[in-house]
Amino acid sequence: MSAIAVSTTINGDDTEFLCQAEETLLDVLRDRLGLTGSKEGCGTGDCGACSVIVDDRLVCSCLVLGAEAEGRRIETIEGMANGEDLHPLQSKFLEHAALQCGVCTPGFLIAARDLLEKNPNPTEEEIRFGLAGNLCRCTGYDKIVRAVQDAARVMKGS
Amino acid sequence: MVAVTLWGSVAAAAGGAETIDIEAKDIRELFGKLAEQYPGLEPLVENGIAVAIDGVIYRDSWSKELPRDAEIVLLPRLAGG
Amino acid sequence: MNFDARYAAQSFKSVGTRPIRPDGVDKVTGRARYGADFNMPGQLVGCILRSPHAHAKIEKIDTSKAEKLKGVKAVITATDLPDLTNGDAAMYDILDNCMARGKALYDGHAVAAVAAIDARTARQALKLIKVRYKVLPHVTDVDEAVKPSAPLVQNDVFTAGVDPRPTKPSNIARRSQYGHGDVDAGFGKADIIVECSYRTEQTHQGYIEPHACVASVNSDGTAELWVCTQGHFVFRQHCAGLLGLDVSKLRVTSSEIGGGFGGKTHVWIEPVALALSRKAGRPVKLVMSREEVFRASGPTSATSIDVRIGARSDGTITAALATLRYSCGPYDGMWAEIGAMTAFACYDLENVRSVGQEVLVNRPKTAAYRAPSAPMAAFAVESAIDELAGKVGMDPVALRIKNAAKEGTRSSYGPVYGPIGIGPTLEAVQKHPHMNAPLGRNQGRGMACGFWFNFGGQTCTDLNIGVDGTVTLAVGTVDVGGSRASLSLVAAEELGIPYEQVKAVIADTSTLGYNDMTDGSRGTFSSSMATISAARNAIAVMKERAARMWDIPVKDVDWEDGHARARGKKHGNLPPLSVKDIAAAAPKTGGPIAGHSELVADGAGVSFATHICDVEIDPETGATKVLRYTVVQDAGKAVHPDYVEGQYQGGAAQGIGWALNEEYIYGEDGRLQNPGFLDYRIPVCSDLPMIDTQILEIPNPNHPYGVRGVGETSIVPPLAAIANAVSNAVGVRMTHIPMSPPRILAALDGKKAG
Repeated sequence: MSAIAVSTTINGDDTEFLCQAEETLLDVLRDRLGLTGSKEGCGTGDCGACSVIVDDRLVCSCLVLGAEAEGRRIETIEGMANGEDLHPLQSKFLEHAALQCGVCTPGFLIAARDLLEKNPNPTEEEIRFGLAGNLCRCTGYDKIVRAVQDAARVMKGS
Repeated sequence: MVAVTLWGSVAAAAGGAETIDIEAKDIRELFGKLAEQYPGLEPLVENGIAVAIDGVIYRDSWSKELPRDAEIVLLPRLAGG
Repeated sequence: MNFDARYAAQSFKSVGTRPIRPDGVDKVTGRARYGADFNMPGQLVGCILRSPHAHAKIEKIDTSKAEKLKGVKAVITATDLPDLTNGDAAMYDILDNCMARGKALYDGHAVAAVAAIDARTARQALKLIKVRYKVLPHVTDVDEAVKPSAPLVQNDVFTAGVDPRPTKPSNIARRSQYGHGDVDAGFGKADIIVECSYRTEQTHQGYIEPHACVASVNSDGTAELWVCTQGHFVFRQHCAGLLGLDVSKLRVTSSEIGGGFGGKTHVWIEPVALALSRKAGRPVKLVMSREEVFRASGPTSATSIDVRIGARSDGTITAALATLRYSCGPYDGMWAEIGAMTAFACYDLENVRSVGQEVLVNRPKTAAYRAPSAPMAAFAVESAIDELAGKVGMDPVALRIKNAAKEGTRSSYGPVYGPIGIGPTLEAVQKHPHMNAPLGRNQGRGMACGFWFNFGGQTCTDLNIGVDGTVTLAVGTVDVGGSRASLSLVAAEELGIPYEQVKAVIADTSTLGYNDMTDGSRGTFSSSMATISAARNAIAVMKERAARMWDIPVKDVDWEDGHARARGKKHGNLPPLSVKDIAAAAPKTGGPIAGHSELVADGAGVSFATHICDVEIDPETGATKVLRYTVVQDAGKAVHPDYVEGQYQGGAAQGIGWALNEEYIYGEDGRLQNPGFLDYRIPVCSDLPMIDTQILEIPNPNHPYGVRGVGETSIVPPLAAIANAVSNAVGVRMTHIPMSPPRILAALDGKKAG
């Protein structure tokens, strides 16, 4: 079976890759492009550890085919910081100890940035429902919610 | 002389013996004397056992000294998460 | 070198602060490398074929077609993992669990594996392996398995711990008993007796990162293994033993670990990956799918527990008795035994007996899950204690305080307690505003206590001082929740330097001596002890170097506040030397400066917690909402309070999932019905409230800073605290965990009918 050639943009960079028809975007990011920041926790869209943005839309990259990236803009955790400068959400996750093992963290950060872009002033309940597609088994979510609340405050001020 | 109490699966392996007085200065000597009296304990001791000395749980470091008249409780070594 | 581990009260500069973790930036930028994030040149992809049957004789495995498929480099079965266990029954069980030998014992049991050039080829090859099974009768339920008519999971298991030895095989692999006093006489003195049976269903640790490894075996007998594990030294020993490798020739590197909770203390796929690599002559990457994680790794025991407690009318408990049946999967375990040890550990009891029965079932091999076995026992006992409080007419907290264990109490599992925290956590709960907050309609409040042992064990660290005075700390306990930050704080404290000048890393098995696993809440307890010892050894070296720099006797050198100071009037004009000064001169004063420590960290203090929970029940759907949750737990000394709170909150959240939702559901065919996060639902963000924490610090006399383990105890009280809250809300005693909506509706219907 011949591979499919795909042209796309990843974190602002033009990118080309070959993939098989059944490969997911997550497989392509991790195994073909070396972008292992997106994690596979389930492969069925239940855990959110593989969250990425495709054309401004938050998706589980395990539910998107690699070939579907053609002509789109993909944003992953690797593009979240601006060089050495962390995104306020990244800084607040560290300050609030909002991670323990950290494997869910990239997905949470992508989902939280998407949430705050759409709703810069969320209530606690809106944060909790906005992040309900991302599973964390370590923290009980308390410190994650507080980090997002604090980041929202900082981002409004800037 | 120390008073050694065997509990749970350790007691079962020793044929149900529960409290025994033994002259031993450290854990190594204690294990040696126990194994002489209760051959059934040997595999347990070999695989690792926990030793509570006056309430504090130790693993099986041979050189751990046993205070005079100490109360020793032998427990199975546990699994943790 | 002898190390004095006794507690010494002191004021801290670094310990107790909340700096950012050293591995933090890597983890928020996606750079941290977990089990599946690593690759080797020429690497193959491994896949495992698993039994679809709960119990079946494997009559024949035909791998010939799979071997002929283009791109397949190795196919293995149990034949490729010969039995080298030499009569070690526990190791044999591990081997048999990694790859079935003769019989498949549960749905998901590995029977063969392939390595191929890519995932697609590997998956195709699995389909070409033909296994001829003879399906056998199975049993998956713990209460069914103990009936005399139940199918035997293993034909050659006779109940151990029973005298005389039984003549017939049984699914009860072992019986154990704990306790003291005369229980019958105690019940004779009781004015009130409560008695009830409880059940809990099987749950999974639910770490978000599936098991993953990359294995590479060379023809010269050396090998490398990259793996997500809670204990790379233990994995090395197990893998080397099972494959016949020399321990020191197998280098195991622990990746960042995406959660473990006990589930990554056991080998599953690692020996298989090594065997594939050995046969293929190339590195092999093996990653479990989530379905495989549920079907074939983890879970904790399902349990069935009978409790009987008697008390005088003033609330003094006169006797306590429990029989605990814990499922172990198809292999003997010590899960019921730990349940029996912990069941009554919170209380000061004159007459107590607990009996554990290890029950074999056709389910995956039970693995440790955070304070393994204690939450279920606490659920049964703490529910009964609440029932007792109701019957006596006492406040549940007051009844617990009246009977709480204290210093000098003989514990129900044998030893006499030193200073412990059960009383203080109960008193803190009694005073906590949460206990007096108003409750609305359909709402209920519950509280419960929990106990866990905590371990110490073999530990070693290396502390190296760089030429610029900064410090590398190499430890051998895997960091599962922020321990590199805590251990850096400890090194900074001892050396008297800023936290930022310490960099802690996890060393691989070839660069540091043996360390036990990060289990039993021992990571920070043990490695902080070894770090303190290593730092003190480094200080001894630095004092010698300072003496040489000053050309004075070393006995005249003191170490104070991060500096060498010359003692006495005759050296009065010598300015103190900092770590940086001494490090800069090191090349001329004797070479590199380091401190090492190898020790057995003993005396891990036992730990207690008390939790409070408010719930609201929807009487239409039976759904439960947790409204408010408070954790009070003794930490001994909180080294990095953020991560102590994190352990408290995380354990509570796992307990909430267990209490309300999570359960393995098996069909009549013995197959797992819900091996995915959609149907095995762990708590999500919108399910939970903030989880309030209160850290008590009752110093552990056997640690220089008073540290106790904190990781596990927090999962012990929630099942009971929530069950008590739900029972209070619905007015019916809930005896079956999880309290899922159908079970709550059934209880409400039963109440209406009754």
